[in-house]
Amino acid sequence: MASILDAGDISRALKRISHEIIERNHGLSNVTLLGIPTRGAYLSDRIALNLSEIEGSVPHGTLDVTLHRDDLRLRPPRPLLPTSIPPEGIEGRDIVLVDDVLFSGRTIRAALDALGEIGRPRTVQLAVLVDRGHRELPIRADFVGKNIPTSSLETIRVRLTEVDGHDEVVIESQESD
Amino acid sequence: MRHLLSINDISTDQAHEILTTARELDRVSDGQIKKLPTLRGRTIVNLFFEDSTRTRISFESAAKRLSADVINFSAKGSSVSKGESLKDTAQTLQAMGADGVIIRHNASGAAQRLADSGWISASVINAGDGTHEHPTQALLDSYTIAEKFGRENYDLSGLTVGIVGDILHSRVARSNVLLLQKLGATVILIAPPTLIPVGAESWGAKISYSLDDALGLLDVVMTLRVQHERMSNYFFPSLQEYSRGYGLDEVRLNNMKSWAVIMHPGPMNRGVEISSAAADSSQSLVLRQVTNGVFVRMAVLYHLLGGSQSTQQPEIGVSL
Repeated sequence: MASILDAGDISRALKRISHEIIERNHGLSNVTLLGIPTRGAYLSDRIALNLSEIEGSVPHGTLDVTLHRDDLRLRPPRPLLPTSIPPEGIEGRDIVLVDDVLFSGRTIRAALDALGEIGRPRTVQLAVLVDRGHRELPIRADFVGKNIPTSSLETIRVRLTEVDGHDEVVIESQESD
Repeated sequence: MRHLLSINDISTDQAHEILTTARELDRVSDGQIKKLPTLRGRTIVNLFFEDSTRTRISFESAAKRLSADVINFSAKGSSVSKGESLKDTAQTLQAMGADGVIIRHNASGAAQRLADSGWISASVINAGDGTHEHPTQALLDSYTIAEKFGRENYDLSGLTVGIVGDILHSRVARSNVLLLQKLGATVILIAPPTLIPVGAESWGAKISYSLDDALGLLDVVMTLRVQHERMSNYFFPSLQEYSRGYGLDEVRLNNMKSWAVIMHPGPMNRGVEISSAAADSSQSLVLRQVTNGVFVRMAVLYHLLGGSQSTQQPEIGVSL
């Protein structure tokens, strides 16, 4: 088990992502953040806080994609997590999806399906704390905290204060478990 | 969890899980998402040997919102009226590839029989079997109570629920006694002695023969329909007399605690167990029960059919 990012690294990465979101969208007037629970939702809250300090507040909410997953039948049913779409909705907005780790891309595919059920955003962008590779679908992130090349046997764990008591990203190899 | 036949089949944790899922589905549907792809390609059969309006429609609507294909089967107008047995009907459904069967039957234990028989591999959901159980009704009642009293974690302790009326013939009462007590509520069964089943003392609920005595204790007044169709004998002298003793009329409505609520599983016999004044009052949750029923049944379908543990094997060669 090796630590890849510590609390300071995570905070700096999120600050940079926040600036990049503002730069890419020429301001924040049309931006809505949607975090994918559990940890993506907390990251989205933190980015929203950064944005409000830098430029101004943005609508932000959460989007649970469980019911849209294509691998539901391969695993036991899992509990649903909260979805809350900001009152502004997503129609015509620039949506930034926020998740902790980008891996196969299937979560993001499910999120795009879920968004399609709600409305038609102007653009959908993706911010992730860690991109670990091994994509199974043609999906890429627009904003990346850190690219971490991994073996498919390794596991990336993102720990956040809100859930796990402290901020850290670690890499675990399957063999050592 | 493969079948839902009785509240006894589910643990307190599983009950919490189903109710929490229902709440998320409620929230999602409250927003803009009306239809979810979760059960696309799955076939659900509504196998109804007894008349029903809201339960069948509620299950059908729940299944359709999850994109399942729904086949409605009612005994009237089917080969059952030509003498076909439950076994032959079930095997026909199996041959058609049903993934879930929602069964209502006038015989207690019919759902259990269908699940245990080996006739079918589908998940079985009991939508009311004789005078035995009606688990999804109990789940939606607890959901509605928790929603009304702001119990986010579905802990109902400190609340007293009175179940009033035809306990003897009521599957709703049996399922509710089990679930409400699992979730921590106190239950009082209120009925004339003839309508209290033998052995009800062992259910863990209190028993009262007077609605007027118990009324002041209740946070929830759950009235039950007088089930004429199951009554082969006289259990009370007349409907008028029953109504005088156990009907929720205007006087009793005014004697309830100010925050107490009224529930009824439907269909209501207005003027018998409940007056129109009570049924239509602001304290009545009857319509909320119907709305919540769809979310709770969606949650049950999701837990039984949404994952891998139902009958289908995952296709070989599919990687995660």
